[in-house]
Amino acid sequence: MNIHEYQAKRLFKDYGIAVPEGNPADTPEHAEQVARELGGDGWVVKAQVHAGGRGKVGGVKLARKHREVFDFSREMLGKRLVTVQTDSFGLPVEKLLIEKIYPIKNEFYLSVLVDRVSGRVMFIASAAGGMDIETVAKESPEQIVSVLVHPAAGLQSYQCRKLAFALQLQGEQIRGLETIMRGMYHLMLAKDASQIEINPLILTDQGQLLALDAKINFDDNAVAAHPDIVDMRDPGQEDEKENKAQQFGLNYITLNGTIGCMVNGAGLAMATMDLVKLKGGAPANFLDVGGGTTPEKVAEAFKLILSDKNVKAVLINIFGGIVQCDIIAQGILAAVKEININVPVVVRLEGTNAEAGRKLLADSGLNLVAETDLALAAEQVVALAEGA
Amino acid sequence: MSILIDQHTKVICQGFTGKQGTFHSQQAIAYGTQLVGGVTPGRGGNTHLGLPIFDTVEQAVAQTGANASMIYVPPFYAADAILEAVEAGIKIIVCITEGIPVLQMLRVKAAMAGSGALLVGPNCPGVITPGACKIGIMPGHIHLPGDIGIVSRSGTLTYEAVNQTTKQGLGQSTCVGIGGDPIHGMNFVDVLSRFEQDEQTKGIVMVGEIGGGEEEDAAEYIKAHVTKPVVGYIAGQTAPAGKRMGHAGAIITGGKGTAAGKIAALKAAGIEVVSSPTDIGVAMKACF
Repeated sequence: MNIHEYQAKRLFKDYGIAVPEGNPADTPEHAEQVARELGGDGWVVKAQVHAGGRGKVGGVKLARKHREVFDFSREMLGKRLVTVQTDSFGLPVEKLLIEKIYPIKNEFYLSVLVDRVSGRVMFIASAAGGMDIETVAKESPEQIVSVLVHPAAGLQSYQCRKLAFALQLQGEQIRGLETIMRGMYHLMLAKDASQIEINPLILTDQGQLLALDAKINFDDNAVAAHPDIVDMRDPGQEDEKENKAQQFGLNYITLNGTIGCMVNGAGLAMATMDLVKLKGGAPANFLDVGGGTTPEKVAEAFKLILSDKNVKAVLINIFGGIVQCDIIAQGILAAVKEININVPVVVRLEGTNAEAGRKLLADSGLNLVAETDLALAAEQVVALAEGA
Repeated sequence: MSILIDQHTKVICQGFTGKQGTFHSQQAIAYGTQLVGGVTPGRGGNTHLGLPIFDTVEQAVAQTGANASMIYVPPFYAADAILEAVEAGIKIIVCITEGIPVLQMLRVKAAMAGSGALLVGPNCPGVITPGACKIGIMPGHIHLPGDIGIVSRSGTLTYEAVNQTTKQGLGQSTCVGIGGDPIHGMNFVDVLSRFEQDEQTKGIVMVGEIGGGEEEDAAEYIKAHVTKPVVGYIAGQTAPAGKRMGHAGAIITGGKGTAAGKIAALKAAGIEVVSSPTDIGVAMKACF
């Protein structure tokens, strides 16, 4: 789960990580008022969306007059921001963050994440602040330094110093970086964050370290234990269909193709998408109905798939293990009868009671193609989608 | 022979009296697994499915001699259950539970270091040695005792590989689902090295997916140490970057963990990688 920058910065403050002075606003009037209250002679207006790359597409603007804060805010609010990290529809801008401007002496990159290779919490720092860390990793990996934290020992001062020296910090700044790193570490553990990124972390001309940007991802498996984080969720920034799927215990991800896929199991769902592609088609979605699927889930899955108007045919691939194929077949038939399905559907049933399931489908008189062989099923659904 | 578990393995179930624990314990017993009891704190002294219930894993081990455990407890209690099994001296711990917070697994892994216990999973279908012992949620009847070792990060996709090798008449020595979480117990290399040592195993199927770098590590290992034929398949060639594909660990981040990268690494190590998941069985058969 992601949150907005202004929410992340509030959490930063709670954990002793210095951030620029600022406040969120949701109208141009409010934005201008925030700027007046902040004082000074320069402000940055930042569109609050769950995506990076805002600066390049007009989502971050510098204002020198109060009137400019108002004007920029009016331009941004209510629009959709399309960045390199969003799809072509972009994300709605419903909130802005107005902050004071600080003279920057230096910019760094600092993040903490769960490193799956080492199974440890890892801090990563780079002197190339403001740049995409993946680009830095590719083009100048020598600029990246990292430390691994042992969960029993916790973050040590020498580890913080190592990064501070690598960033060529001096004097009080070294202790300042440790304060920030300790804040990030405690925040991560307390709220089950899977990644916290500060890019850039700036050194002001006064020698102060400030988190100019803030990005936090939370572990989806743990958010239920943190109601304060759940409250920060902004469904407007998330895919509507993916959210709806979640309510029904389905895993759904929108793709660009024409063949809807409904599969039990994540690995098999990916493999089914790949097979559709291999046979010359394009999958419209990833959809895992889970292990213990029910007729109700199958019906909801159908509705989700068909709410995508690009879908020209549907492939259902069920490997019945503990789940019995005849029960699944009944679910499919109930769903087909309940909702008006006007695209061809190919069903591949294999495993427990597969034959009984296929017979149910074949005898139903409905427009369903029942298959045993997965490769043939994929070929058929591709042909049907092309013919549609 | 087989790896990890066989007909002599004595298994207990943690989360024994829950819905999942009950159902899959029944399935395990029906398959012939030597299930010797279960643990549900507070229910000790009673019986369930005709087997003793214990309050703690320690008691269960002391009274039954159990050396393996299958865990079906809810995600927020699973880390506790794993560590209880480790402390009680259980050597093979199979955690089926999906949805354990990653920071909890990180601590579990660190705490397990040096214990000598092996963890399979979490978020996995489990381990089966066909005809001898089934610890997990896989359908027993699609398996056939035989020569092929199967290791996979997936559930139903593993069943696909099992079913195909059964239909080819090859059968399986042991099948291990290592799980779909980013931080988990045994990895590909841990399992591959045991298949290489195992006399019964004549060929290996390895089913990977996007995310992380364990398939790449496995490719290196196979090139250097594995003499048996290996057939690989990697799921997620059409998966978009930055999206979690069902499994918590199935995500391409920062251009890393792509299917293309993994397939290239496996091919560079001389491993046959099939492009269709339906060709796994045929490709394995062709090796003999």
